[in-house]
Parts: sequence; C-alpha cells; structure tokens
Amino acid sequence: MTADRTAAPAAAIRINGVDYPVPADPRVSLLDLLRETLNLHGTKKGCNQGACGACTVLVDGERIVSCLSLAVQHAGRSVTTIEGLASEAGLHPLQQAFIEHDGFQCGYCTPGQICSAIGMASELQRGVPSHVTPDLAADHIAPTHDEIRERMSGNLCRCGAHNGIIAAIRGTYAEAAE
Amino acid sequence: MTPFDYSRAGDVAEALRLGGAAQAKFLGGGTNLVDLMRETIERPAALVDITRLPADIAEREGGGLLIGAAVRNTALAEHPAVRRRYPVLSRAILAGASAQIRNMATVGGNLLQRTRCPYFYDDAGSRCNKRNPGQGCDAIDGFNRNHAILGASEACVATHPSDMCVALAALDAVVHVEGGHGKRQMPFGELHRLPGDRPDQETTLQPGELITVIELPSQSIAARSTYRKVRDRSSYAFALVSVAAALKLDGGKVKDVRLALGGVAHKPWRALKAEQALRGGEATAEAFRAAAEAEFTDAAPLRDNAFKIELAKRTITAVLAELAGDAR
Repeated sequence: MTADRTAAPAAAIRINGVDYPVPADPRVSLLDLLRETLNLHGTKKGCNQGACGACTVLVDGERIVSCLSLAVQHAGRSVTTIEGLASEAGLHPLQQAFIEHDGFQCGYCTPGQICSAIGMASELQRGVPSHVTPDLAADHIAPTHDEIRERMSGNLCRCGAHNGIIAAIRGTYAEAAE
Repeated sequence: MTPFDYSRAGDVAEALRLGGAAQAKFLGGGTNLVDLMRETIERPAALVDITRLPADIAEREGGGLLIGAAVRNTALAEHPAVRRRYPVLSRAILAGASAQIRNMATVGGNLLQRTRCPYFYDDAGSRCNKRNPGQGCDAIDGFNRNHAILGASEACVATHPSDMCVALAALDAVVHVEGGHGKRQMPFGELHRLPGDRPDQETTLQPGELITVIELPSQSIAARSTYRKVRDRSSYAFALVSVAAALKLDGGKVKDVRLALGGVAHKPWRALKAEQALRGGEATAEAFRAAAEAEFTDAAPLRDNAFKIELAKRTITAVLAELAGDAR
C-alpha cells in the first residue's frame, strides 16, 4: 500500500509509509499507539477484545485486529490503516463503493470493514478457503455472496448495513474477477 | 494491564533462556493472552515473543507433516498438503474465530489458549477455581448451557474452545516440546489435562517448556475426513458441540475410524469408546448411532446443558453418515 517498498527499520513501525518509534511501554496495543500517540483516529476501538473488528488494520498486507496486538510486536512491520488508503487521485475504489452501496450508516465500523475487506480480497486471490468453501482443493474460489458474508463475519455493524457492505465488496472485487 | 518485561526470541535456544525467567510466558499472536492480561486475569512478569521463530510446514520423512509452532492458523488452513491430505484440519481451523484472529494466532498458541467460561472472565462478581484455585465454582450451579458434559469435576465445568485442537486429537498429532531438560515428544491426547481438583493446571507442560513443532503422522484415513461445528450462530461463535471424524470403509464395514469432539469437555475429547464400537462393524446409521450412545454413557449434564448430549449423538451420526456416503 505504501510507495516505499523497502522493509521498515527493525526498531520502527512503518505506518502508512512513515516510520515511528516502537513505544517504550510494551503494554501499548497497536490500536492505542495509532489512536492515542499518533492521532490516527480512523481506526476505531469498539469492544477492545477482538470480537467486533472495528480496529482491523493491515500488517504487511494481512488483516488483524489491532486491539489484541501489542505495538512492540510489530517492530519492522508495515501497517496500513484507513488513513493510508486514499491517494491524491481520490478515494480507494472500495471507499467509493461503500458510498455508492450505502455500506454504512453511523460509520463507526467502516474503517475496520474496509481494511478487513482489502485483506479478505488478497486472501481470496491467493486461494485461502473459508468455512463455506465447498471444495477445499479448489484452486479458484469465487467471491460469492456467501463467501464474502462468511469471510467478513469478524466485522460487526450495529446499524445493520451488512447487505450494503457486501454489495460494495462484491462490486469492487467480484465484478473485477468475473 | 500489569507491567511486564518484553523480549523477542530469535531462535528456540534464546526463547528457552528468556522463558526460564520467573513468571515468564511465551507470547504468540496474543489473541487470548493479551485479552486475559488486559482483564488482569493473567499477570506475567515477562513476555517472550516467539512469533519470529521458524514458521515452516515441512514434509516429514516417510510421510506426514511437521508444523512449526509459530505457523499462523491461516497459513496452516490454506496449506495445499493440509487441504488435500488432512481436510478435517483445514475445516476445523476455518470454523474457528474470525479471519483476523486466524491471521494472528499461532498454532502453538492455539494449543495453549486457556480453557475458559464466562465465569472465568468475571473477576469482579464470580468465584472460579481456575482463576483463584480453591475459591469455588459459580458455573456449576449457574448459567451453564455451554459447559462440559464429559470429564468435568466438582472444581470446573469449562470447555476447551479450540476447533483446531479437536482435529489434531482425531489425527493422532504428536507435540514436540523443548525445555531446560532437553527435548521430548508426547501424543496430542497427553498435552491437555482434565480439570480434576486443579483446573488451573490445563496442560502437562513443565514451567519454561516450549512447544516447537506439531507433527502430523502419515495417515491415509485422514484424506476422507471432515469437521462439523454446531453453534448458536453460523459464524464466529464457540462450538456447542463439534465433531472431527475420519472414516475408512471396506465394503459395507468400518475398516478404521477417528473421532474427536469439541465443546463437550475441559480438553479436546477423543471418542475412543465410539471408535471401538465402530471398528469392524457395519457402516450403517444404526451402528453410528449406537457408537455415539456408547461414548456418552458416562455423560454428566448440568442444569442447562443436557441438550448437548443428544446434539452430540446426532452430530456424530450425521458426520459419519456423510463420510460413509462420500465413500460409496
């Protein structure tokens, strides 16, 4: 996601392309580092126990929940948050799709939903099966409604925008794949 | 969260040296341990990060797989050899937690997550022998719909939450361990303990011992295997009951079978009585049901969870029928 393709320095965490020092206190979660220290408030704190997915970010392209992750564990890694997705050319296509498909109401879960969906798309592309994949040995898994629903089940939306969220994700990734 | 020292191990020797410190714990993905530390239920003085240890999945000489303990759950579930030769393991992992958690959680950490129930978390309002040994258990006479029906004790009725471990129990996995006194291996069934009067002791590991590798023996039976999880919602919930099974038929008879259950006990439950009843017998729905009955003759339901006994019997019967149907 960042223009800089070289690895982050061992003693720093690269966040949206900028290197930051690892916090001195190892108790600081990646989520709290983002929000409290770096003022990157796009990533949201919902349950703070890994159940809601609002704090989902990408670490070296993999989606994780930043609340259950100690920041110090990510030294040398590259983190992408919602703030790192848009470019000067405009919104990330998935951000645009969320607007077009009414993929949110209050918006609190949206940054986590979008980061999660980006991670999900790369998992699908490399053939990671899911709980609802009929054939585990299949090389190609179609991004069906059921597949996306299952794969996004770690992100809750209390407004009930799930159908819009899935439509936005399908609109961005499934149609491109078809 | 109680303050702790953090260090990161570059190899197993360094991990063992750092992990030998008093009150030290190994840290994998943190998905269970960090949560429990935030609740101050776990209060280690030191954390040794082992997520940068070797995370390879290697072919074992003579068949089978050697899975590094630092391999992430997703990486194991998506591995081509696991998907083709041990589908029950892929299916079990994919039935657990969320994609984000599976990306974080290590295989070793999945094995060592705490056996737990809501009363274990309720530090302020409930008694728990697992949290405070000798204090008593408020789950036994409390809301215990999701608690154990096999192998529980007066001290603890919690269930082991892992799905992956149920598959590993069925697959006769071997756990490789290293500690201050060298290396040892143990059958998967010997890693976790039943609660007895010490529910705070969940495994047979010695202090400072580290799980390094999980070995899957070569098993042709595993190619026809599956996992079924019954839960209150269709995704991201612990099992009420789950079944890992592998079946090999010879004509209309059961040549061999592996069966393990989740959601029913303090540890992943290998259903040896049912397996014994099945081996050499007819592969019919009646025989599958009879084997399931045999497994639950000693079941001890609590106030709210007697439904699990019938649910488990039906799930076992259905999964075996599914595998037998595939075989025909």
